[in-house]
Amino acid sequence: MRANADAVIVGGGVNGASIAYNLLKQGMRDVVLLEKATFCNGSSGRCGAGVREQWGSEGNCRLAQAALNIFENLPDELDYPYDMEFKQKGYLMLAHTEREWDRLRQNVEIQNRLHINSRLCTPGQAREIAPVLNTEGMLGATFNNRDGHANPFHVTRAYLMAAERLGADINYFTEVTSIKSNGYRVKSVTTDKGVVATPVVINAAGPWAKPVAAMVGIDLPLFTQRHQILVTEPIGKVLDPMVMSLSLGIYCQQTPHGSLVMGMGDPREPKGYDIGHSWTFLEKMCSIMTHLLPVLKNVRVVRQWSGLYTVTPDAHPILGSVPELEGYYQAVGFSGHGFMLAPVVGELIAEMVTGKKPHIGIGALDLGRFQRGEYNIEPSVV
Amino acid sequence: MAEIDDDIIVCRCEDVTLGEIRRAISEGATTMDEIRRVTRGGMGPCQGRTCRVLIASELAKKTGKPVGQILPSTSRPPMKAVTMGNLARLGEAERK
Repeated sequence: MRANADAVIVGGGVNGASIAYNLLKQGMRDVVLLEKATFCNGSSGRCGAGVREQWGSEGNCRLAQAALNIFENLPDELDYPYDMEFKQKGYLMLAHTEREWDRLRQNVEIQNRLHINSRLCTPGQAREIAPVLNTEGMLGATFNNRDGHANPFHVTRAYLMAAERLGADINYFTEVTSIKSNGYRVKSVTTDKGVVATPVVINAAGPWAKPVAAMVGIDLPLFTQRHQILVTEPIGKVLDPMVMSLSLGIYCQQTPHGSLVMGMGDPREPKGYDIGHSWTFLEKMCSIMTHLLPVLKNVRVVRQWSGLYTVTPDAHPILGSVPELEGYYQAVGFSGHGFMLAPVVGELIAEMVTGKKPHIGIGALDLGRFQRGEYNIEPSVV
Repeated sequence: MAEIDDDIIVCRCEDVTLGEIRRAISEGATTMDEIRRVTRGGMGPCQGRTCRVLIASELAKKTGKPVGQILPSTSRPPMKAVTMGNLARLGEAERK
């Protein structure tokens, strides 16, 4: 580990990796990344891996749209020798209740205004997109063919390998224990492996963002909550789009490998760091999904696991600097959509750190918005 | 003893060869989980029952650590693959 750096990133998930790469790409020289385990150990490696522009807030729509633009050229940009398994077969968002249908229709209006080509579908049109879908009781759906998913391990690793080629110093099994400042400016980061002197620290610690921010006296309005997920054995292609239902709290996609990955959010889940798995989840997930996609009845579940959402009061991330402490930046509180935003978040944070104007206005996503009361809640999260 | 060929299959569920495992190690992997994340080795229906030991011994050989010091990969339920239909029926039976 280097003793001096121009910037230190805390966290080896997809956002930390993207920030490291983009800082170097934008001309920073000494970039050190600290990760307490190994890459993708927090939420990135446990996520549902979806990438969608179909959001309900203008802010999330704009960020996701910009991230998708980057995803489309990412294998070339990062010169990655493996397959990132990026698949663009759309997201089909189902409506089973009037309230949900109203919400989705409003979302499409917002999206279309921002030149996102999402559209409304009748149940029949939804079946044309996903012929195995049981549309019984469905009022309609929305679809955007540019949405999709990618393999988070490979995307993160691609960023890390590209960052290393540009000179990043990446340290696994290195845990940050404190961050020192002189009261108004960041000075150094102490780890269990030694100290790095640095004028810049970027908190990209995912579920551990709150304890990391507490090291510099910043109290983040975040909580963590378990979300469960499973994967099946690989089967022949049955499903093109990601299928998602906000009212059922589920999403399901078939990876290019053939396995189906599906997950569920339960608002009654206690807050905290529990990432154990439950039998109830398996039963409930399978019950909902074999009803929606009856073809899955004879498909076997291979593994289940859990991960944490790190949630803000408005389900938008907290990005950028804070007025109290020069040199401290954060990219935290992604509320379940950190993977899909990471490509653009890396660019924006790197622009801020290197003194440029971010190419997408993200002033409204600062920490101060909660004190000012200037925030709108994203309505379309599973 | 002669070195085993790169094209031999180590993980039979996911068709992962020894060459792919070696490449992941040469690119910096030091743990079973990293190898699994990169190659899919041990991610299939048998959960690595066959390949776990083979991958650990290759890691041990390349990193110079004893096999016992190689960080094992996470085991995840279900221990045996179960159909979604059966899991759904179990849930329905319990609710009755």
